[in-house]
Amino acid sequence: MSLPWLTLLIVVPLVGAVAAALVPRLAPASGDAAAQRSKQIGLGASLLTLVLGVAVAAQYEVSGGMQLAETHSWIGALGVHYALGVDGLGLLLVLLTVVLVPIVLLASWHDVEEEPGATGQRTAGFVAWALALEGLALAVFLATDVFLFYVVFEATLIPAYFLIGAYGRGDRGFAALKFLMYQLGGGLVLLGGVIGLYVVSAQAGTPSYLISDLQRLDLGQDAERWLFVAFFVAFAVKAPLFPLHTWLADTTERATPGTSVLLVCVLDKIGTFGMLRFCLGLFPEASQWATPVVVTIALVSIVYGALLAIGQDDVLRLIGLTSLSHFGFITLGIFAFSSQGGSGSILYMVNHGIGTAALFLVAGYLIRRRGTTRISEMGGMEAATPVLAGMLLIAGLATLSLPGLSPFVSEMLVIIAAFDQHWWVGAVAVSGIVLAAIYVLWAYQRMMTGPPPEDAGSTGSARTLDLGARELAAIVPLVVLLIGLGLYPRPLFEASNPYVADLMTHVGVQDDAPAVTQPAAEPAAAPEEQ
Amino acid sequence: MEPAAFVKPTIEYAQLWPVFLVFGVACVGVLLEAFLPRGRRAVPQLALAVAGLVAALIGTVVVASRSGVLPGGQARGRITAEGSIAVDGPTLFFWGLILVFALGGALLFAERRLDGGVSAFSGQAAALPGSDAERRTQHLEQTEVFPLLMFAVGGMLLFPASNDLLMMFVALEVLSLPLYLLCGLARRRRLLSQEAAMKYFLLGAFSSAFFLYGVALVYGFSGTMTFAGIDQAVRNDAGNRVLLLLGIGLLSVGLLFKVGAVPFQSWTPDVYQGAPTAVTAFMSAGTKIAAFGAILRLYYVAFGADPSMWQPMLWIVAIASMVVGAVLAVVQTDVKRMLAYSSIAHTGFLLTGVLGAQSLTDLAPGQVTSVQAVLFYLATYGCAMLGAFALVSLVRDASGEASSTARWVGLGRRSPLVAGVFAFFLLSMAGIPLTAGFVGKWAVFTVALSAGAWPVVVVAIGSSIVAVFFYVRQIRLMFFTEPVGEVATVTRPSALTSATIAVGLAGTVVLGLVPGPVLDLAAHAGQFIR
Repeated sequence: MSLPWLTLLIVVPLVGAVAAALVPRLAPASGDAAAQRSKQIGLGASLLTLVLGVAVAAQYEVSGGMQLAETHSWIGALGVHYALGVDGLGLLLVLLTVVLVPIVLLASWHDVEEEPGATGQRTAGFVAWALALEGLALAVFLATDVFLFYVVFEATLIPAYFLIGAYGRGDRGFAALKFLMYQLGGGLVLLGGVIGLYVVSAQAGTPSYLISDLQRLDLGQDAERWLFVAFFVAFAVKAPLFPLHTWLADTTERATPGTSVLLVCVLDKIGTFGMLRFCLGLFPEASQWATPVVVTIALVSIVYGALLAIGQDDVLRLIGLTSLSHFGFITLGIFAFSSQGGSGSILYMVNHGIGTAALFLVAGYLIRRRGTTRISEMGGMEAATPVLAGMLLIAGLATLSLPGLSPFVSEMLVIIAAFDQHWWVGAVAVSGIVLAAIYVLWAYQRMMTGPPPEDAGSTGSARTLDLGARELAAIVPLVVLLIGLGLYPRPLFEASNPYVADLMTHVGVQDDAPAVTQPAAEPAAAPEEQ
Repeated sequence: MEPAAFVKPTIEYAQLWPVFLVFGVACVGVLLEAFLPRGRRAVPQLALAVAGLVAALIGTVVVASRSGVLPGGQARGRITAEGSIAVDGPTLFFWGLILVFALGGALLFAERRLDGGVSAFSGQAAALPGSDAERRTQHLEQTEVFPLLMFAVGGMLLFPASNDLLMMFVALEVLSLPLYLLCGLARRRRLLSQEAAMKYFLLGAFSSAFFLYGVALVYGFSGTMTFAGIDQAVRNDAGNRVLLLLGIGLLSVGLLFKVGAVPFQSWTPDVYQGAPTAVTAFMSAGTKIAAFGAILRLYYVAFGADPSMWQPMLWIVAIASMVVGAVLAVVQTDVKRMLAYSSIAHTGFLLTGVLGAQSLTDLAPGQVTSVQAVLFYLATYGCAMLGAFALVSLVRDASGEASSTARWVGLGRRSPLVAGVFAFFLLSMAGIPLTAGFVGKWAVFTVALSAGAWPVVVVAIGSSIVAVFFYVRQIRLMFFTEPVGEVATVTRPSALTSATIAVGLAGTVVLGLVPGPVLDLAAHAGQFIR
């Protein structure tokens, strides 16, 4: 035990954020040069964070449990600790975050446009807010104290708010406000739950917010159920689930694609992360009590999100709504109360993060080239930009869970768990796959095939050229991950299985972990329950 | 009948000297007004006021360090001045807060750079607006404001310390009368300012009369003015209960008027808007702190034996204040009025803490008590309000301060620092984590929930969501909205205002990140003594 690795992991991006924000002020240069410099600082800081994340993963022992723990008293009077730790669930989401942020920065390199005569502050702001979001999101995934979790959970909203409000298109101020109101509303409900936990814990003896202390408490049935509801509502806004999802499409439509990646692929994972960590972790009995309602909400989200996605003409809205469907799947897996469901949902979080990020970024490339977000106004780009089209196809196929790509593994596990629960739950869930095929392939068809647009190729303008090196450098790692983890998902299982095994013991379910020795195409061969 | 022999009262100067010092400085200030030529008064008056406040602050610390713990270990301090003033832990905490915010107020009063070299106060208060007399006196300096401030501070120090009903009434008047005057002294917008003073005076006089009637009725019930005697009478249930209940109700009218609780809130927006902004800043923080001190002492000490007499009333008042304050703030188009309505909502949150009173036997050791929560909340609230109003005084257009929200549009682009700090104060008032307001909100909600007042907490969370809306809307307006028409700009203040803002900002940051020491100090203050 030497370095506080987890603290470093949180601090590095935050320091990078401050540095990137101050560069245009401290070292006056022309707007472009200052902007360039803050982008380089941002990329450097995020790459350093990636290295730290990998270092943490290298030290992580696959046996499970909370590792690299750091615990210091923070506010003694309230029983609040600055407590960090990483387990399988946290590790995977940390890795997802540290991988996605440099990719987003790289992909958004030219997305922030400076006003004429500006000093590069707008660019610096984007980089700084993105890094701040990364640092706070990492803190969320590493916190092992409920109060600390709540603090950083809410604090992530500030960078997110400015990212949406300052850098999107259209009426982004409205979108940012709607986003924030939903999130803070959920957050305040969660505050009620956090306060309730303190009261229960204080009455049981010494107040403490450590998860490990809270898990030992006997909450009593009524208190546990009320607390569960408070936590679940907040996470259902975050994730989001029907009917609390209406902020999602409005936000992704107006935010830049890079911001959307940070929001949907990183920040929204906090919702499903929280369901596992807190709803199941602290209130196992209440979670089982609420399962019928939660499963219904999840199924409605799957189908309703997919149907809405089919009807969209705005590609960014479409991608946002597909995520509603995906979060339905993740929630379904979590509340299946089986090892397949648990592991499936954790893998789903990772795979959805990678696949949807790829989709958002490729869509962003396309929008830059066509100057529109309307699917009906695109079309015919396949011939002019074959690489772009190929990337879009791979990302799209990942979203519909094509076998061989990593989302397939997790989706199958969730669906198996759903069938184990009830045949009709599985049946409804499967319909989500069919609908996914429709929205992905139909959108691809309208965006890429058909007669080429009149300006494509003929003018040879930069707008219609195929992907450049920087854009490829951002998107290729995601595609490699999608294919690689599709063929060899074992590392994911090694991280998630011990965590899920512990969780299942905690909630009182006994079954076997999904087998991981088989390559991707065979997870269906995982042992049946019982 | 032979008149009773006069017995000289004992005055414990060792405990009370900070208060006497403040009153003494106020009297010396009046003498300075009489003997110094008009042009040379400003600097000595400011120096005297600051020196007096600093000395009183040091005195408070000295008295606190010497106050011994009473038997039982829950309280410290002693009853002084023949039982009419209690210098105990909470009193000393209130003194510290009031003196710190009064220092900020004194610095704001002395600001002369903002309005082109003259202070914000009218040259001659008696001059009719628009008359020749006003034009002739335009360039004159008004320095009576400093003695007035000191008298008000003296009253504020006495108010939470008063241990019998007469002393409480005297303190109420001593703190109110100078404030009525100060409100009418604005140099710009004289009519608005005079209207505010008139309204405040009339309604204040009314509420004082109610208070006095309440004093009479409670005396009729208990036959004594001291809180200890009233407490005994309540415990023995000796006397006419109708008198007691009516008395409590009428006393509450007087006190709830001072804190601006619904239904006695109607003066707040008009006075906050019309008064010179420096006065508003001082008054919003100081009056509320002093009056909550008095409320706590009256309810806990005099009527603490049977909380059921006043708790239901506070439930209704707290709920009404939170809802009315938050909802009406949404429709405001003036920044000062918006802050005024938000202060009404904050009164509701504070009352939520007050009604969370529980006997110590019901609390776990180390659990947050309601006195502790309210003390902490007042500290956070004072920092944010003082700082926010100080910032309002910087935003000006050709006609002086521009408090209309329409003029604030786009301020974040023109002056990112001022707008950023203002946004931070708003976030603290909204209770976003990592700011002081969050910990304060957490504390008062916790004690209310712990005392079983969950319906109040539910309403509090609901109105917090509404409150977040108008705070965030203001932030959106400053940062993301395109300015149309005439807009305000930021005037560079002198070090006086800057220092006040810096102290408010530092308090808001530190109390948000490391609330432990102040929470412990509030816990150390212990309970009220009888």
